[in-house]
Amino acid sequence: MQEILEKLEQKRQGARLGGGPRRIEAQHARGKLTARERIELLLDPGSFEETDMFVEHRCSDFGMADQHVPGDGVVTGQGTIDGRLVFVFAQDFTVFGGSLSEAHAEKICKIMDRAMKVGAPVIGLNDSGGARIQEGVASLAGYAEVFQRNVLASGVIPQISLIMGPCAGGAVYSPAMTDFIAMVEDSSYMFVTGPDVVKTVTNEIVTAEELGGAATHTQRSGVADLAFANDVEALSEIRRLLGFLPSNNREKPPVRPTDDPADREEPSLDTLVPENPNKPYDMKELILKVVDEGEFFEIGRDFAKNIITGFARFEGAPVGIVANQPMVLAGCLDIDSSRKAARFVRFCDCFNIPIVTFVDVPGFLPGTAQEYGGIIEHGAKLLYAFAEATVPKVTVITRKAYGGAYVVMSSKHLRGDVNYAWPTAEIAVMGPKGAVEIIFKSDMADPARIEQRTREYRERFANPFVAARRGFVDDVIMPHGTRRRIAQSLRWLADKKLENPWKKHGNIPL
Amino acid sequence: MFETILIANRGEIACRVIKTCRRLGIRTVAVYSDADAGALHVEMADEAVRIGPPPAAESYLNIEAIVEACRKTGAQAVHPGYGFLSERAAFARTLEAAGITFIGPPVAAIEAMGDKIESKRLARAAGVSTVPGTLDSIADPDEARRIAREIGYPVMIKASAGGGGKGMRIARDERELLDGIARARSEARSAFGDDRVFLEKFVEEPRHIEIQVLGDRHGNILHLGERECSIQRRHQKVVEEAPSPFLDKATRRAMGEQAVALARAVGYHSAGTVEFIVDRHRNFYFLEMNTRLQVEHPVTELVTGLDLVELMIRVAAGEPLPFRQEDVRLEGWAIEARVYAEDPSRGFLPSVGRLVRYREPQGKEIRVDSGVVEGGEVSIHYDPMIAKLCARGHDRRAAIAVAREALDAFLIRGPAHNLTFLAALLAHPRFQEGRLSTGFIAEEFGERFRGASLPPARLEEIAAVVVRLRLERARRDARASGKLPGWRYRPERDWVVQLDGVCFAVTLLADEEERSVLHLVDRHLEVAVDWRPGDPVVRARVTGWTFTLQVDPLPEGWIVRHGGAELRALVRSRRAAELAARIPEKVRADTGKMLRSPMPGLIVSIAVQPGDEVKAGQDLCILEAMKMENVLKAEQDGRVEEVRVRPRDTVAADQVLITFS
Repeated sequence: MQEILEKLEQKRQGARLGGGPRRIEAQHARGKLTARERIELLLDPGSFEETDMFVEHRCSDFGMADQHVPGDGVVTGQGTIDGRLVFVFAQDFTVFGGSLSEAHAEKICKIMDRAMKVGAPVIGLNDSGGARIQEGVASLAGYAEVFQRNVLASGVIPQISLIMGPCAGGAVYSPAMTDFIAMVEDSSYMFVTGPDVVKTVTNEIVTAEELGGAATHTQRSGVADLAFANDVEALSEIRRLLGFLPSNNREKPPVRPTDDPADREEPSLDTLVPENPNKPYDMKELILKVVDEGEFFEIGRDFAKNIITGFARFEGAPVGIVANQPMVLAGCLDIDSSRKAARFVRFCDCFNIPIVTFVDVPGFLPGTAQEYGGIIEHGAKLLYAFAEATVPKVTVITRKAYGGAYVVMSSKHLRGDVNYAWPTAEIAVMGPKGAVEIIFKSDMADPARIEQRTREYRERFANPFVAARRGFVDDVIMPHGTRRRIAQSLRWLADKKLENPWKKHGNIPL
Repeated sequence: MFETILIANRGEIACRVIKTCRRLGIRTVAVYSDADAGALHVEMADEAVRIGPPPAAESYLNIEAIVEACRKTGAQAVHPGYGFLSERAAFARTLEAAGITFIGPPVAAIEAMGDKIESKRLARAAGVSTVPGTLDSIADPDEARRIAREIGYPVMIKASAGGGGKGMRIARDERELLDGIARARSEARSAFGDDRVFLEKFVEEPRHIEIQVLGDRHGNILHLGERECSIQRRHQKVVEEAPSPFLDKATRRAMGEQAVALARAVGYHSAGTVEFIVDRHRNFYFLEMNTRLQVEHPVTELVTGLDLVELMIRVAAGEPLPFRQEDVRLEGWAIEARVYAEDPSRGFLPSVGRLVRYREPQGKEIRVDSGVVEGGEVSIHYDPMIAKLCARGHDRRAAIAVAREALDAFLIRGPAHNLTFLAALLAHPRFQEGRLSTGFIAEEFGERFRGASLPPARLEEIAAVVVRLRLERARRDARASGKLPGWRYRPERDWVVQLDGVCFAVTLLADEEERSVLHLVDRHLEVAVDWRPGDPVVRARVTGWTFTLQVDPLPEGWIVRHGGAELRALVRSRRAAELAARIPEKVRADTGKMLRSPMPGLIVSIAVQPGDEVKAGQDLCILEAMKMENVLKAEQDGRVEEVRVRPRDTVAADQVLITFS
């Protein structure tokens, strides 16, 4: 008996070594931890329970018959993060380059199925050279199985992808369908076709980092939401992200006790909005000053910076924050910012996370680039997302709320539950200058008259009271009391029940 | 006594004057430029009058607007504060003509002391010792060469109309002399509209020590002891104290008597300051007399227990001084540190912007004079001083200790500031020994400050504190909802703290609600913190020792500021640290490859062109901002690749000006 037990332990030891010491060393030299090391850092110490450690591929072509490594290039199982159940798979680059075989895919699918069954998040740690070419279509089928599960799980359990090495070709589409993609700087990349193919087909010469590194995807394409300096930091931050998310769409997000008083006043917010309406200010200051403990987990920080999205808490309960950023492009809505915010709003709505919106939006960005790029359709995404959302929605207009962009930004008309305005708010069809130029076109030749008309318009419309008289804003509030007012609203909205009409699914303009 | 006083100033000094007026039951009127419409002094005053657009020349220096404001509000007297119109004889005269009392000295005294050469002549006549040199402005280079040879190098070139260090230059030989005169002239011309300069002997290892005098309109003149202001950077005072650690009784008395003699010679009343330069042998020479309240007057107030502003007001109202020289008692020690919006890590370039976070330290031995609140703006238009932090103690050591603690607790976020630099300065052994000279900062810190290094024991204590912060957070996080049944929080036992690359292995021996017991290096430390997650200021007690540090979150730790040091503290479980050690540290992108504008401003000139080889410290270009010409220097050796701006370009903060290959 003892011998059998020892044999098991030996087998396990072998499996834990993955591709062997030499490959592990090479992995480290590339600035990457191994799959098991990563899981160890991601989960609570000792909580990981591995599944399918002894699974091997079933391929016998191209000399694969005598190459077997238990686990077949992916480590799967479940464990806890701060005591909460999560499922995880980590591709092991030291084993066949982390390539995806049929068996490898089956392991991933197994834990995804379990996660769906019990309602717990799935975290994928991607580090794979791609399909196991030797397996041919079986490998592709494996991807498809994973994709299908990604789609069915979408909106049911949170899915998070951490790209910690290569992720190329069809493989990118699994992370692409998850809720958040994080990348590690300098040691990960994602692309559909790599630099070699790019060069052959288009003659473009580009490095893997330029084509699909963390900087590219968090700043230019917006494909990735988060970038981290190294594996250790990335895993630690994913743990923090999990703290804002419920385990599934039937739950509310976890509530964390806090000593930060809900009625904390911030007198300096009274001077946040500058006298000059054309002067920018940093919306992040407002966010950091009103949320619990100044803690804001930003999503998509480096992409479409004219809108800010991320998670924070009020009285310990997570919320999603959406805010225009006047510091960038005057905070206007454009294609990128609409897409970024729309996706974030829909995530929050899927997972019962109330949405707090801060509005200072002068309108949509004009120009051929925007029109040709389809701003109509992309802007509609954000409108659709806010309109469709049934979670508690609290909105604070700090300054400009002009035109269609006003309507889009979680306005009362889109079933905003509580809509506040600061005394500096200007809710109007457009800015005074533009409005006067249209209404009083005949006076254009007379600058003095135009100036007077502009002043009149400003006095008449550049305030929150026109909207307040119609009930489009529920109250005009003092900036220094913003935290208290939001917290109070979220408190009474906690048990909000609102359902959209039954449908198979809506048809969001994609 | 006056019923209404107008304060012809802004910022901290306006607020400080208003406070005394309030205590005396006097109504106050503030004046403000458009840039200050929401400023604290405007809010504090009983009434406020707008006097013009932001530039000082069109507002705070606008005599007519201020006199008009007096008339409108019925102010019977004006306190000018310091700077702006405080030493303009024309202002005092105009007020007088309008029947408004100028709270300051007589016009004749302002005029006599306003001219450096005239004042020195008067001082000599009054028997005050002066520095060897010319009294007349120099006519041409030949004369300059001759005089310099007579008094011997090094010599100091000074602007006749100068002040605040502008137009001052040291020349160690003939070449520097001629170059220096030309530069001093041009600076003086642009700063004061008067390009006269003169020469005097440069005193080596000089200390700047000044005597506070006070006189009434009845011929009583006395002095309130000295202030030592040797800690200066480019002739701008940074730290002042009273008394001076250098003076003995006899020198103090001699200086006091000469100061009073000079004041008497010009028929002085109100508060004034006679500045001396003191050499290593305690020889002292008259520098100049400031006919106003000094920035650093609080240290005198703290050791004398007097309110100089109150005394100025009473004197102006005709009251006699309520005490005599023999009654003046100097008790304890006081230190003032000037908190500037400037970036010590970038050659002390001034900084501007919104005070996103601002919280002053508090304590019964602490006095902070400031004119801002959180959310206020450090404006491009005026002096970048944010506050004056003053600390008192029964002796110098105690005062320094209070000041250091207060600096650690002073919270400023937004513009760059010099708090860490001040803390490093006060922690410097040479400062603590009192071996000061006006060259102290240049000698000990150079042109760029890189943070103090802390003693090993303090680093260990900081390592222990950040572990405690992590444990507090972990314990709190453990109480969040949604845990699996049966899950129990077990505090991590083995930690590694990395402080700017130095690793400390920390073992948790006991973790309780109130405190943790930790073992690191060879010490057992009991750690408790007064802290709420998210709060940047931490009050820590480590084995009986209390100190304050500031923490700003990082993904795996905090940026810690304490005692003049700024450290990246990573707090990892021992296992995470082990794993992190297996992967190579990433090399950060090189930011030295470009010169960025440290602040918004105007390019005055550019000293390099593409292809030039530059050495670290070499001048690259001059940026005018906040009325100051700032020389931007190369951070490292390199070759200029591209110059992206031209003279007279307006540039934004952080804009790339020059790139290097």
